[in-house]
Amino acid sequence: MIRDITIGQYYPADSVIHRLDPRTKLVGTLVYLISLFVFRSFAAYIVATIFLAGVITASKVPFKFMIKGLKAVFILLMITVVFNLFLTPGTPLFKIWKLTVTHEGVVQAVFMAIRLTYLIIGASVMTLTTTPNQLTDGMEKGLRPLNRIHVPVHEVAMMMSIALRFIPILLEETDKIMKAQMARGADFETGGLLKKAKSMVPLLVPLFISAFRRANDLAMAMEARGYHGGEGRTKMKPLRYQRRDHMAYLIMLIYLVAMYLAKRLAGF
Amino acid sequence: MMGIIKAKKLVHDYEKIGEDGQVEAVYRAVNGVDLDVKPGQFIAILGHNGSGKSTLAKHLNAILLPTEGTVWVDGMDTRDEEKLSRIRQTAGMVFQNPDNQIIATVVDEDVAFGPENMGIPTEEIVSRVEESLKTVGMWEYRDKSPNRLSGGQKQRVAIAGVVAMEPKCIVLDEPTAMLDPVGRREVIKAAQKLNREKGVTIVLITHYMEEVIEADHVIVMDQGKILMQGTPKEVFSQVDILKEHRLDVPQVTMLAHELKKKGLALPEGILTVRELADALEGLKK
Repeated sequence: MIRDITIGQYYPADSVIHRLDPRTKLVGTLVYLISLFVFRSFAAYIVATIFLAGVITASKVPFKFMIKGLKAVFILLMITVVFNLFLTPGTPLFKIWKLTVTHEGVVQAVFMAIRLTYLIIGASVMTLTTTPNQLTDGMEKGLRPLNRIHVPVHEVAMMMSIALRFIPILLEETDKIMKAQMARGADFETGGLLKKAKSMVPLLVPLFISAFRRANDLAMAMEARGYHGGEGRTKMKPLRYQRRDHMAYLIMLIYLVAMYLAKRLAGF
Repeated sequence: MMGIIKAKKLVHDYEKIGEDGQVEAVYRAVNGVDLDVKPGQFIAILGHNGSGKSTLAKHLNAILLPTEGTVWVDGMDTRDEEKLSRIRQTAGMVFQNPDNQIIATVVDEDVAFGPENMGIPTEEIVSRVEESLKTVGMWEYRDKSPNRLSGGQKQRVAIAGVVAMEPKCIVLDEPTAMLDPVGRREVIKAAQKLNREKGVTIVLITHYMEEVIEADHVIVMDQGKILMQGTPKEVFSQVDILKEHRLDVPQVTMLAHELKKKGLALPEGILTVRELADALEGLKK
């Protein structure tokens, strides 16, 4: 399951979305996520669907890559839906055993499902079209004002990009260790929760040791290449807003207006 | 003329610190090594595990500082903290594990990491990245993720990352230890190309004998000391001493040595199959 999380998995392609400034994409994603929660109506969600479909088409990333991210949160999604379905008070529709399904509950559950699905897909679009480095670059530059109140923006951005770089490596390593331990008779599948947790120990200990060793090596490699923090660093790909970014902000604005109108004018 | 890298009576101790903060044990990894590398040379340092070769390598780029003795990089004492960044620009370093030295998630961004740290203007970084990726033959992979490359390709990217800093000298610390034979050949070829075409001084640390045949100068280390040094021919002529210290020699050299012991009049220090074939041809006549 853990392997399906698409966050940090860049899909290289040549599209408008890929070329957008990461700051634009960050703001765009944020605006989109907020809009999903603020404009709570089916009409607005139709607008959101059209917008998302448009962005996905423009990104040239195969749709199945977006779905991958959903698989990982499917259980969470189901739990949310079930809870909303049964635990929302209102006019009862029907009863299963002791649980009452209300009209409001159904509506709430459907909203929640749509929201979470779009939220994951929306975030996936951003991570699939932006290299983690661009993403952290975008954050670093976008949050630079925080430097003045002594928030170590560069350091945090660097840590994030390194973490993202090592996620796939550590996943692969987990897989390897797991197989090695299974070959020697370790059992990760059966038993209760406690037994399962205990069986993770022979997996986690070598994983941690290896992670620390890697961290040590990486620190040495960074130092050898003259890393000395963010001061006096230049960039190969400095962030500059282009015409397409201004266009993207304009489209975002139009989208927000459309969402607002859809909610106000349509009766559902 | 002063060598690009010079070490005098270099000693390095690793200290084992106990739980109470006291030094429990001292392990002398490098014990009185003298080194003088001339600009443009291709030097190979050989030795098996624990011979101190990696510890020595880490001194050449000021990652480790000497316990005793001195190391100069292009005339700069590695203890001089003010010159640290210049030392690291002069002597670049490539490490053993290709995964643990690639910082960025895209090949070209990783190559740009060094120049970015040096504060080089954007346009120049772009041209340096292009040039160094082309030198190691990885230009076509510039927008790929390092995770999708083979070990040899990753290691070439790491070399490009160092080349982009335009060092006078590159120290490769067992760059091929984790690679398959194809990857090993790729990496060694890239290092040789840099040495021949760009005149970059190369210090190659390895325990594969085959990789040192084309070096200008071979240094064999054992237990923190220099056991012998000279041209590959000189070093590999002494098969018996090498064997005594559990060091291998290239298979062809071994074969020639054994044949000679059985009475064939072959010269010592045969390093390639071609040489042996020619020598045997000469015997027939």
